[in-house]
Amino acid sequence: MKQIVVVSGKGGTGKTSFTAAFAELAGRSVVLVDADVDAANLALLLDGSDEPPREYQAGRLARIDPVRCTGCGLCVDACRFDALHLAEPHRVVLQDLACEGCGVCAVVCPEDAVSFVPQRAGQWTVRDTAFGPLVHAELVPGAGNSGKLVALLRETSRGLAERLAASWLLIDGPPGIGCPVHAAVTGTDLLVAVTEPTPSALHDLERLLELAARFRLPAAVVLNKADLDPAGTDLVEAAVAARGVELLGRVPFDPEVPRRLAAGTGLLTVPGVRDAVVACWAAVARRAGRANASAAEEGRDAAV
Amino acid sequence: MRLVVASGKGGTGKTLVSTHLAWLAAERGLDVTYADVDVETPNGHLFLAPVVEREHRHTVLLPSLPFGHCTGCGVCHDFCQYNAILPLPDSVLIFPELCHNCGGCVRVCPPAVLSEVPHEVGTVREGRAGNLRFLDGRVDVGEPRATPLIQEVLRRIDAGTLAVVDAPPGTSCNTTAALSGADRVLLVTEPTPFGLHDLRLALQLCRTAGLPAGVVINRADLGDDRPLRAFLEAERVPVRAAWRYDPELAVAVARGELAGRRVPWFRDAVEHLLDACLAPQEDGRS
Ligand code: SF4
Ligand code: SF4
Repeated sequence: MKQIVVVSGKGGTGKTSFTAAFAELAGRSVVLVDADVDAANLALLLDGSDEPPREYQAGRLARIDPVRCTGCGLCVDACRFDALHLAEPHRVVLQDLACEGCGVCAVVCPEDAVSFVPQRAGQWTVRDTAFGPLVHAELVPGAGNSGKLVALLRETSRGLAERLAASWLLIDGPPGIGCPVHAAVTGTDLLVAVTEPTPSALHDLERLLELAARFRLPAAVVLNKADLDPAGTDLVEAAVAARGVELLGRVPFDPEVPRRLAAGTGLLTVPGVRDAVVACWAAVARRAGRANASAAEEGRDAAV
Repeated sequence: MRLVVASGKGGTGKTLVSTHLAWLAAERGLDVTYADVDVETPNGHLFLAPVVEREHRHTVLLPSLPFGHCTGCGVCHDFCQYNAILPLPDSVLIFPELCHNCGGCVRVCPPAVLSEVPHEVGTVREGRAGNLRFLDGRVDVGEPRATPLIQEVLRRIDAGTLAVVDAPPGTSCNTTAALSGADRVLLVTEPTPFGLHDLRLALQLCRTAGLPAGVVINRADLGDDRPLRAFLEAERVPVRAAWRYDPELAVAVARGELAGRRVPWFRDAVEHLLDACLAPQEDGRS
């Protein structure tokens, strides 16, 4: 089983529609994960019935007992997350959105006024789609802890893929290069970065490829909307080549794509785009096989 | 007034909207700051081309065990909510990537042998683009702690001035941090099922934070905006602006230019949006 993560740095370059198209091309031997847990969109493209949702609890929130609190303000100074404020003399208020449940306020409180409640952070489920099971989740907005939820989804999907003896585990990653991305890319066989020929996308791609290098992950690039700006395309191609990263394919822009997505169908229904996406998937499959072979070689070398 | 430009979904045009609002406010002679707190992938500088006047490496404090008086009692480990510190017989193992820098272990350590050392998380830049004050943050590649850097950028906004904040996408820690101290929020979306789904969540976040939000519909003709508009009407969320897809805009974005300089209708549209953002609020808090 090969784990492929589709990421982009910059949002909106087409990660999710590529993941859905790859799933369709992967020959029904695939398990899917939507690791973009605070904007999970893959389920919107892949119909199917969901298992009953499971609660995801993560961390805890402080609670200040207003009867015990004398308003001394010691906790306000101690909290590193700016979650506590002196609202009026003798009353401390807590902002749930800022609280990380660390417990420092409880340590400094002389009146034993702090207790903790578990935080409901979201829910997750498995959907039975036409191409294979999709593990997806919804984070409670503002709950945080998205990296941990991504790790949970990855673990679940890996178990599922092993049980089903699936050839592919496809991960739709989050935008950015931060903590949820770290959780989404760790230990994958190939990182596929979907980009477009704009300075923003290129700038974010460079940061993403730097991250891949740091995590020692094989990475490759798909250039979406490649015909939008020839000069931009040249820049992306040069930057990718300079890093020694393979460009797996170029996909043209077609205003029909957003219309089709709005209608709930995907990239493969747009004729001019279809062939390019099929070629990209072939390149991904080839590259993932090779990446794995060379990793195995490295492993052998290390063993020698 | 602090206006935060956010979106659930990435790539809907947050930076396009925020850079233009800030630029046009500066053209009007207002004292305005553009603050890019999309610190994982900051792009505003590409369009505003600021002259950077100051750079500052931001640090957070992480625990460290300087010399060997640790008794291996494990009190720090029991305290830590993030499993970031592991006791060994006569020392501790600290996992910096898990640590939230709360400082708790240092407080509870019975023999008080743990101390804190600064750890760099990223860079804050300050500068100017013409009359516009420019701020951005850029988290180091591989660094998991982005929120302290976001807070540091926001701290550098002068109170009492107009600030346009370019927020990170999503509805998790970074976006929440970007909303702190906001007066109003502008959510940029697109008329696709993705845009609508993520907008719903972003709106929920604004409501949890007690912030009034308006919406900008970008590329309003690429897709179907009827479900989006019906949703916004039912939720009584005002549409502050809506504009069509124009290849000219895409070309400007592809060249790293402010599109409003070359596309007059777009400049007018953002001028109207700025008027709406600066006008006294009528939609109230939801
Ligand atoms: S638990 Fe930590 S983050 Fe929450 S209020 Fe207390 S000190 Fe602040
Ligand atoms: S500073 Fe807080 S999060 Fe970090 S190791 Fe200590 S207790 Fe854990």
